[in-house]
Amino acid sequence: MAAVETNPPGRSRSDAWSAAKTAGADRTLMLLVPGALVVILLFIYPFLYGLLLSFAPKAGSVFANYRTFFTTPRLRDTIATTLWIAVPATLVNVGLALPIAYRMRRNSRWQRLLTALLVIPITLGTVLVAEGLLTYLGPQGWFNRTLIDLGLASAPVRLTHNYWGVVLSLVITGFPFAFLLVLSYITGIDPALAQAAATLGAGPAARFRHIYLPLLAPGLAIALCLSFVQAFSVFPSAVLLGAPAGPTRVISIAAYQAAFEDYDYAMASAIAMVMGAVQLVIVAAILALRGVFYRGPAAGGKG
Amino acid sequence: MRGARAPAPPREAAPSPAGGAFGELRLEEVTRAFGGAVALAGLTLTVKRGEFVTLLGPSGCGKSTALNCIAGLLPVTQGSIWLDDRRIDVLRPEERGFGMVFQNYALFPHMTVRKNIGFGLAMRRVPREEARRRVDQALALVQLAEHAEKLPGQLSGGQQQRVAIARAIVVQPPLVLMDEPLSNLDAKLRIEMRTELKRIHQELGRSTIYVTHDQDEALSLADRVVVLKDGRVQQIGTPEAVYTRPANLDVARFMGYRNIIPLAAAAAGEGGPVRLTGAGIALRGTAQTPIGEGPVLAAIRPDDLELDGGADGFEGRVESVEYCGRDYLVDLVTASGLRLHGRSLRRVAPGDRLRCHAAPSRVLVYPPES
Repeated sequence: MAAVETNPPGRSRSDAWSAAKTAGADRTLMLLVPGALVVILLFIYPFLYGLLLSFAPKAGSVFANYRTFFTTPRLRDTIATTLWIAVPATLVNVGLALPIAYRMRRNSRWQRLLTALLVIPITLGTVLVAEGLLTYLGPQGWFNRTLIDLGLASAPVRLTHNYWGVVLSLVITGFPFAFLLVLSYITGIDPALAQAAATLGAGPAARFRHIYLPLLAPGLAIALCLSFVQAFSVFPSAVLLGAPAGPTRVISIAAYQAAFEDYDYAMASAIAMVMGAVQLVIVAAILALRGVFYRGPAAGGKG
Repeated sequence: MRGARAPAPPREAAPSPAGGAFGELRLEEVTRAFGGAVALAGLTLTVKRGEFVTLLGPSGCGKSTALNCIAGLLPVTQGSIWLDDRRIDVLRPEERGFGMVFQNYALFPHMTVRKNIGFGLAMRRVPREEARRRVDQALALVQLAEHAEKLPGQLSGGQQQRVAIARAIVVQPPLVLMDEPLSNLDAKLRIEMRTELKRIHQELGRSTIYVTHDQDEALSLADRVVVLKDGRVQQIGTPEAVYTRPANLDVARFMGYRNIIPLAAAAAGEGGPVRLTGAGIALRGTAQTPIGEGPVLAAIRPDDLELDGGADGFEGRVESVEYCGRDYLVDLVTASGLRLHGRSLRRVAPGDRLRCHAAPSRVLVYPPES
């Protein structure tokens, strides 16, 4: 205290300095305003609006919509139907992406070629892919004709307008996304780590298990989350390639019908909220699992 | 899981405890080409048990390529590598059982220091109790016992370096390979770690191959230095031999002979004393290789150019002076325009005229470069 009083100029200067710094930090934070505004206007407001709307049913008590949803099998079962499609599709996408991306972790001509090829289905969008698949996988499509010509099948295999059509379409549109994501995580791991493990006696399997897998786990969790959310909100391919009246009546179709066939926006909002809640539970579970693993830079020291 | 590479050696062949009966590592005409570019051309070298060999050269000289070939991280294009009577260049890195320290340490970021060091032992299925004891020993050797449970990211650069060294030596490899292990450390730490490496080597007596571009490091650590340039061996010798008698001008330049003066030899010779004239100066030097009469190049280290020399030297005018603590680094220009670097213990000023002189044994004479 005494030191401060004997040296007031020094103190005031440091105060001015920290004040300037704080002001500077505040001004930097102002840059967040446009982004925050967009998020609030385009996401949080509609979300809150939908949330409130879901509690304002056409008839009945506050929770009537939710009660209807969970007591009507035709609505309630859409959760299981959607999970039954989305979970296998997610596992297949990430499960296929991991070994293929792992094989291609060294930057090569093949990596670039495959990356370019895989970007195409992403850019085409689900509707175009679904329509293409409809003819390709249809009874008269190339796929079935090849199977029959090769003698692998006697009659066309039914792959459209059912469960398999939707899953296949989700794999075709979702795999490139999962692959590119996993590849970017794998190439972010310093190859010197695997080399170090090799010199210490670790064979290829041990290197994957002890080095790559633990370092990839957080990235795989993110890839699983994003792939799942993408698959769970399936709509176009469930309608175009599936059997939207029966086996592939996914939750988004139920919401659509509530909103645009029954004109019950409150019910549609309630379904959307349930959909969001299911996604949230699954994502939270995956991320909780992720917490078990190491999360930090995947480099072996000062680079 | 094992690829199609022949022949898969027996599992127990890889690591022999306590270095086993390892005598020497032999490299025979080891060549590595990337596409058409030859990174390493015909390296032949024998490393004896317990020897510390340094591969020294500028970046791109092939020294790291050589190390990676020995480690098995790069296949050799031609030639062979032998550990006593066993040919090892056909083995995968995990089957060679060498310890390697990487330039960026390559510590496993998700494992504690203890797990990192114990990784090699776990891969070798060393019983848990013994592994624990050996990791403790290694931790004590590199003075990191209190950091055993930390992650590498929580350690300083020097500590990470020690972990990398401990991890490489805890498996008691017949050979330790080090790839510029000190180049990521600051100057003070680098000298400390150098002493540390020397101590560890003396304590364990492991054969070591050490790659560096730093001549001080090479000279202070090595029993023998291999100087490489453009993938070719320029000289193999003791640090003293490489420092005082460079085999050619390239080695001389790399070892700090900064004054390379074009002069004329009075007579041809097989080596030994020779009289030199030209550029307005006269000198006596020592031919390092057979030279002809006429144009030659004389190499003089700045330290060997005496600036208060007697009457028999030549005169130079001081251009610039750099203070180096112990002495001054002086740039001079002779009457004929020759630019020279010397060292002076006495403070001099630009414009001063000094008599320059060099002992004939310290003026190394080489044939002109083609």
